[in-house]
Amino acid sequence: MTVLVLAEHDLGVLGAATARIVAAASKLGPVDLLVVAPDAAPIAEEAASIARVAKVLAISGLAHAPSDALTDLLADLANGYTHIVAAAAAVGRDVIPRLAAKLDLMPVTDVIAIHSATRFDRPIYAGNAIETVSSGQAQNLLTIRASAFRPAAGGGSAPIETLGAAPASHQTFVSDSRTESELPELSTAQIVVGGGVSFGSAEKFALVEGLARTLGAAVGATRAAVDAGYAPNDWQVGQTGKIIAPDIYIALGISGALQHLAGIQGAKKIIAVNSDPEAPIMKIADLALVGDIFEVVPALTAELQKLGLKR
Amino acid sequence: MKILVAVKRVVDHNVRIRVRADGTGVETDNVRMSMNPFCRHAVEAAMRLAEAGAATEIVVVSIGPKQSNDVILTALAMGAHRGILLEAEGRVETLTVAKLLGAVVAEEKPDLVLLGKQSVDDDSNHVGQMLAGLLGWPQATFASEIKVAGAGLEVTREVDFGRTTVQIALPAIVTADLRLNEPRNAGLPMVMKARQKPLAVRPAAEFGIDLTPRLTVERVSPPAERVAGAKVATVPELAKLIAADVAELEAL
Ligand SMILES: Cc1cc2nc3c(=O)[nH]c(=O)nc-3n(C[C@H](O)[C@H](O)[C@H](O)COP(=O)(O)OP(=O)(O)OC[C@H]3O[C@@H](n4cnc5c(N)ncnc54)[C@H](O)[C@@H]3O)c2cc1C
Repeated sequence: MTVLVLAEHDLGVLGAATARIVAAASKLGPVDLLVVAPDAAPIAEEAASIARVAKVLAISGLAHAPSDALTDLLADLANGYTHIVAAAAAVGRDVIPRLAAKLDLMPVTDVIAIHSATRFDRPIYAGNAIETVSSGQAQNLLTIRASAFRPAAGGGSAPIETLGAAPASHQTFVSDSRTESELPELSTAQIVVGGGVSFGSAEKFALVEGLARTLGAAVGATRAAVDAGYAPNDWQVGQTGKIIAPDIYIALGISGALQHLAGIQGAKKIIAVNSDPEAPIMKIADLALVGDIFEVVPALTAELQKLGLKR
Repeated sequence: MKILVAVKRVVDHNVRIRVRADGTGVETDNVRMSMNPFCRHAVEAAMRLAEAGAATEIVVVSIGPKQSNDVILTALAMGAHRGILLEAEGRVETLTVAKLLGAVVAEEKPDLVLLGKQSVDDDSNHVGQMLAGLLGWPQATFASEIKVAGAGLEVTREVDFGRTTVQIALPAIVTADLRLNEPRNAGLPMVMKARQKPLAVRPAAEFGIDLTPRLTVERVSPPAERVAGAKVATVPELAKLIAADVAELEAL
């Protein structure tokens, strides 16, 4: 009963989601953690310190996580594992279904609760219903929502095994366009400040970032704000964006469409600022302030700074 | 280039769904149905490739109950040339859908298969990747831009850190994200014309593919409900409450 987990990483650094996926996967059996990166060694070192990892497998190669070669690699390693698990994030979503088809298995994706090695909960209809499924398959492929699980502790010292060459890819990398930001990573941040299309411009959307900086928070956005070009696509929260579960979510000028709420259902506390007391977000917020974002957000930022808030 | 577009009929995305009291699923009787929004973007992408002279034929395929004719007609009204409905009742798993599409690909031999990246009912985000895996074709998922580049495609994908652009050879699979384009609404003349276009209806069972689901859906339940909390009247009051929450977080 050993589980293979694909580690998340970016720019040579282990992703914060990984410790959460390991914690979830360890309910299924001992975890082998696979690191595939151009230079896997430093990431594998980090990965080895996650508690409850039995062994780290490190393979150097496959820059830009090409789906074809990554699938072939996982298919080669699959034998002997009861579960193959990845985060429900861009790489996992790209690769796990492709692998499933190759192995003739029906995967269970976006898992938010693990009842047993073969019984899982997953949200459907933008989180407006939860499906409990069971699988009679000999092997199970899963993607897991990091936001639904607490991270495993650090302090471990798992052995690292370096594996040979990775298979070749047939896709050619052209370019990346990255959002540079010194703010915390959105999907695992403790506090998130989200802004809607009502900010009206990218310049004004900076008010959201200003409050986020004061709070040491990540920035989120609605699809409408991203479509309008006020925020980059990787800030989108919701059914088709990132799923977050911060301790505090502050929604500024956001209506609370069901597709947006799909991304914030795991938030412990929702604080909403909206000029319309009838906006759907105001009906589910733990704390609501009726007001104009252009007045409230600068004033709130200043007030918090005055209170000496530092994170 | 010949393009196959897969489309799905789902509960309309504006409908507030209701979970059946007996936990057997989501109420779909007497609920407005329409084409999955992501599929509309896939159809639109095919149309734009045709209008740019890069595609010569667009075939639309749907798998589902016979009412799925509706969404095929929507795609034909948007400009696709002909439709295929593989009729199947009940729950058809994504792996089965991919296998059925694989059978259609074997018959139609398209150069490109376009699909939505996910459907808004089961939110799976599987089928394009599975079809690519079955066929051994390259895939470019979550596409926000598609350009013809030489004998292949250059596709920009929305990923966790922003966007990434890849070049893939044909034949290939591309799945559409919402920022790929602005899908057109077909006018009445196009809707009328769609009814004249060929639409083949075939039982899904005739492909010799096992349609039995692998997973058992034990129950479907509503999520935990959130209720309105307190209202605060002033910014200083709100700031104090937030500061107290943050202090509590820091103390942990
Ligand atoms: C298939 C599909 C998938 C989708 N996926 C997502 C997704 O992943 N994420 C997502 O966010 N959306 C998604 N959407 C879009 C979603 O349906 C909404 O359109 C979107 O979330 C609305 O964004 P908004 O709240 O910024 O804008 P609006 O709904 O226009 O709301 C603006 C809000 O701002 C308030 N407001 C206006 N001016 C002020 C002011 N001066 N001060 C204070 N408040 C003000 C208004 O009262 C209103 O409540 C999806 C839609 C579809 C169809």
